[in-house]
Amino acid sequence: MTPTSFTAPTLDYLLLVPFLIVLGVACLGVLVEAFVPRAPRFATQVALAVVGLAAAIGTTAWLWVDGKSGLIDPFSSTIVSGTVLVDPPVLAMWAILFGFGLISVIGFAERRLHSGATAFTPMAAAIPGSTAESGAREAGLVHSEVFPLALFSLAGMALLVSANDLLVLFVGLEILSLPLYVMSGLARHRRLVSQEAALKYFLLGAAASAIFLFGVAFLFGFAGSFSYDRVASAVTFTAGSDPLLLAGLGLVGVGMLFKIGAVPFHSWVPDVYQGAPTPVTSFMSVCTKIAAVGGLLRLFYVALGGMRWTWQPLLAGVAILTIVVGAIIAINQADVKRILAYSSIAHAGFILVPVVGAVTVGNMLVDGQAGSVASILFYLVAYGFATIGAFTVVTLVRSQGHEVTDLSAWAGVGRRHPVIGFAMLVFLLSLAGIPLTGGFVGKFAAFAAAWRGGYWWLALVAIAGSLIAVYIYIRVIQVMFFRAPESDSAEVDVALPGGATWIVLALCFVGTLGLGLAPGPVLDLLQSAAAFVIPSAG
Amino acid sequence: MLETLTPVAAQGLFQYAWLMVAIPAAVAALLLILGKVTNSFGHWLATLAPIASCVFAVIYFVDLLSMSPDSRAVSLHLYTWIASGAWQIGVGILLDPLSILFALLITGVGSIIHIYSIGYMAHDPNRRRFFAYLNLFIAAMLILVLADNYLVLFIGWEGVGLASYLLIAFWQERPSAAAAGKKAFVMNRVGDLGLLLAAFTMLAMFSSTSFSAVDAGASKLSLGWATFIGFMLLLAACGKSAQVPLQAWLLDAMEGPTPVSALIHAATMVTAGVYLVVRSSAIFEQTPAAQLAVAIVGTVTLLVGAWIGCSKDDIKKVLAGSTMSQIGYMMLAAGIGPAGYAFAIFHLLTHGFFKANMFLGAGSVMHGTNDDVNMRHYGALAKAMPVTFVTFGIGYLAIIGFPFFSGFYSKDHIIEAAFHAQPALGILALIGAGVTAFYMTRLMIMTYFGAKRWEPKVHPHESPAVMWIPLVLLAIGSIAGGMVLNGWIGSWLSVVGADAGEHATWMPEFTWLGVVTLVVVALGVVISWLVFRKDVPKEAPAQVTVITTIGRNDLYGDAFNDTVIVRPAAFLSRAATAIDDVGIDPAYEGGGWLVSKLGDKVRHIQNGYVRTYGVTMALGVVLVGLALLISRLV
Repeated sequence: MTPTSFTAPTLDYLLLVPFLIVLGVACLGVLVEAFVPRAPRFATQVALAVVGLAAAIGTTAWLWVDGKSGLIDPFSSTIVSGTVLVDPPVLAMWAILFGFGLISVIGFAERRLHSGATAFTPMAAAIPGSTAESGAREAGLVHSEVFPLALFSLAGMALLVSANDLLVLFVGLEILSLPLYVMSGLARHRRLVSQEAALKYFLLGAAASAIFLFGVAFLFGFAGSFSYDRVASAVTFTAGSDPLLLAGLGLVGVGMLFKIGAVPFHSWVPDVYQGAPTPVTSFMSVCTKIAAVGGLLRLFYVALGGMRWTWQPLLAGVAILTIVVGAIIAINQADVKRILAYSSIAHAGFILVPVVGAVTVGNMLVDGQAGSVASILFYLVAYGFATIGAFTVVTLVRSQGHEVTDLSAWAGVGRRHPVIGFAMLVFLLSLAGIPLTGGFVGKFAAFAAAWRGGYWWLALVAIAGSLIAVYIYIRVIQVMFFRAPESDSAEVDVALPGGATWIVLALCFVGTLGLGLAPGPVLDLLQSAAAFVIPSAG
Repeated sequence: MLETLTPVAAQGLFQYAWLMVAIPAAVAALLLILGKVTNSFGHWLATLAPIASCVFAVIYFVDLLSMSPDSRAVSLHLYTWIASGAWQIGVGILLDPLSILFALLITGVGSIIHIYSIGYMAHDPNRRRFFAYLNLFIAAMLILVLADNYLVLFIGWEGVGLASYLLIAFWQERPSAAAAGKKAFVMNRVGDLGLLLAAFTMLAMFSSTSFSAVDAGASKLSLGWATFIGFMLLLAACGKSAQVPLQAWLLDAMEGPTPVSALIHAATMVTAGVYLVVRSSAIFEQTPAAQLAVAIVGTVTLLVGAWIGCSKDDIKKVLAGSTMSQIGYMMLAAGIGPAGYAFAIFHLLTHGFFKANMFLGAGSVMHGTNDDVNMRHYGALAKAMPVTFVTFGIGYLAIIGFPFFSGFYSKDHIIEAAFHAQPALGILALIGAGVTAFYMTRLMIMTYFGAKRWEPKVHPHESPAVMWIPLVLLAIGSIAGGMVLNGWIGSWLSVVGADAGEHATWMPEFTWLGVVTLVVVALGVVISWLVFRKDVPKEAPAQVTVITTIGRNDLYGDAFNDTVIVRPAAFLSRAATAIDDVGIDPAYEGGGWLVSKLGDKVRHIQNGYVRTYGVTMALGVVLVGLALLISRLV
């Protein structure tokens, strides 16, 4: 059956340029993989990815500047027939996503640590332990597919945060996830663990997607449309009492909370974070979380904003559960990557605190104050710098060429390598939320936003939780600086990385301290980008 | 009360006040970063840093003196830390009569202790690191007292906590030292929670945490919020100043090198709680309940500390108990209200001198006896170590309140003020003075008099000049401090909220209460002499009274913490792990046989845990659904 009339969507390509660049470069990367000879291939991929992401950041900034000065008018227009929206928060999230994507991609390019190879398997299709694998290793093969995969994932994230339509949201979610499943299985060493992680991630991710889609179906049944605007007006119209709406809200929420890694949808996080190659872990712990929080924000604030009184208590409960479970279990972990994984779960809880506060430009925000959106974005930036930095340090602590993630083997590492040790100290203190680091200002802004939104008790619980969480990081610091190494772990050492990793460490270090010492400009910038545009339903 | 002074912007020399903090901080960083290169001269450099800060403090003090009393507050805005919309959180320095006294105490006593440490730590392989931490402490402590708002104060508060942790655990190869450091750190976090909550509440109430904004707005607070902030500040003060119920860490903190005990755990850091209470007087004025709580906490602690002091054989722990007790007096005075603030600070200053004096004296004794701390192994040291004996004796006379020594002035004022405010507290404070005389006399007799009970191969000898010169300096302070300050400190602090009462001079007025206090103190000394002039057994007797046993066990502070906090927390952590690892399984086995069958089928081709995770998710969905349903029904 063919539709009797079909109106082609109007595509405003100008506004989509950053997204199109990332997607285009990813496609180009696939071609490079196929046609460029082996010798220059790796360098080509790195250059392509770095230039592409830099161009995406540049065009995002250009859209922002021109939008502010009124030369072009992206801030009130919907594009692709209203399914995608480019407004100030989207531009801010794009810039943040592409920025951390760029840092991650630079980290992927590290080769010195692995004596000329990358952190990724030389032949992903070979059975672990087979002759094909060892042959590929001896031949010094390097897979460079990880770059286009990361860019595809980033394109999905960009789509996710700019979606104004439930189906586009779902498509973004899937584009984001599928490359990540593959990337999780690409570890060079301990490939079985890595592949197991990938499979677990895929299975659980598929289940979450199914739940999410189920919710989308309910919401469609309720509102008769996938569009956020229509859903929002339907919520207002029915006063939010429809069972279909409740079911849809719950299931869609679960799908997003899974990606964020909130309890009780967190079980995949420790295993996947531990098994995936560490650079990939750092990429997904930061970028995925940013994208998922971004998607959740627009979905809940714009489409389901009328249901605030229903979802606020629910998310508050999830936030408390997430903080408590993440922080308390992290205390007992013996593996650094698992500790960081549980810490990332706890941080998911902290991020949910200002989401619950829901102090937005359209809703009781006094002019000049930092609202929920701005404080969440700031928190995510601070969290991103510290987390990527910490995971990067994890890639450096090695024994016989392999990463050592056993916490007890880290004894005295910080003392033997003061520069790396100090950097790790700063990252951990920021994650702990100690003053003069970005993490402190982030927590401060986030909890204050919850307080202003009337959830002062949630802010108090979060403060108490963050004090428990401090212990997680102090424990790592204590081992790194104040414990003498055991005799049998004497071979554990900090490997000196190549330039790429130094760039990543330097960026994260400067970012973490910079956000702590002079957070004002960034907060202001984010606050000026905090208003969601809600197009008139049409 | 503090709002009576509006700070003026810094001009001239005052613009360089930040150097007071920056110099020790920079030296600390230098010593830690350059490492072994600075081994040969690091300790000299580190000793110059507090001296330089001290010079600044003296200059500013003289400048403030020369100003008219109602303009003695100078603020220096350094930079705006968080400036976004309605939040304006600056980093700034406030120099007023209160903060300059602390700056003088910290840099003055700090300099003396740095000099002493040159001798005391001469043979320690990590001497450079020790001095770096000491400078870090000086910098953090100065941030704490010079800050002009509660958030910057909090940075200093955390900084001194960190320095204290590093220095208590300085001999980290000893498990007991490492454990003591950890204990101090954890217990201090409980107090930090209080300070953070107080600061956040202030931010919510006043949109600012600066002292001037809080002082100005305090009178408009509702009683409930004022009481909440007051109690949170009290919790913070209890953690930092080792007041009941957060007192247990201080005794263990004696594991640190003795100069650390003298500087951090007697003269300066542990008094930060008193500073916080006095600084927050505007809040406490609004809430009689919190004020009374401060006074009660102080009174209880002064008795608990004295009790512990009576029953310990370790000379440093006796002094630690005595520190708790004396800070209890200060808290009591601070809890009385405006009538007590000046006396709290007065006693804090005199205590800073005589307690540092006695701690360094104890260090000197240990130096001469191969680091033995057990007083049962001392005896007859007066002849072997004359300078230490005389200076320690001066500190002793000061703490028991012997007429015209410094403690005489400051402690009498507190007891008197307590009687005026609340006779019951006054009587308890009076009893505390008697007990103080008792255990300090015991310490003197067991250490310096009686028969020699030295361990074999121990030949007590006087310490080198670099160590006894600081003792002499502090002893001079212990004698003269009271007389000099008595007629002056009340009016000096009156502009920052203290109610000085009538003019006082060095010659104390005759009061019956003063006489009674002297009689009680004399009784304590005499009883102690009667009991301890007999031979002291070398081993601590096992058969002792219940009172002694309780005292030896620090009034079961550790057991209390263990039962109330440590064990439940450890249990919670273990339980949560267990639930995450295996506890889901029973739920899954009982919950869904269908999933279980499916799970069995796929067990062979994949790891079994995924299904567990899947069930967790499914249960989560059910939970979310239930929560939504309930929210509908309610």
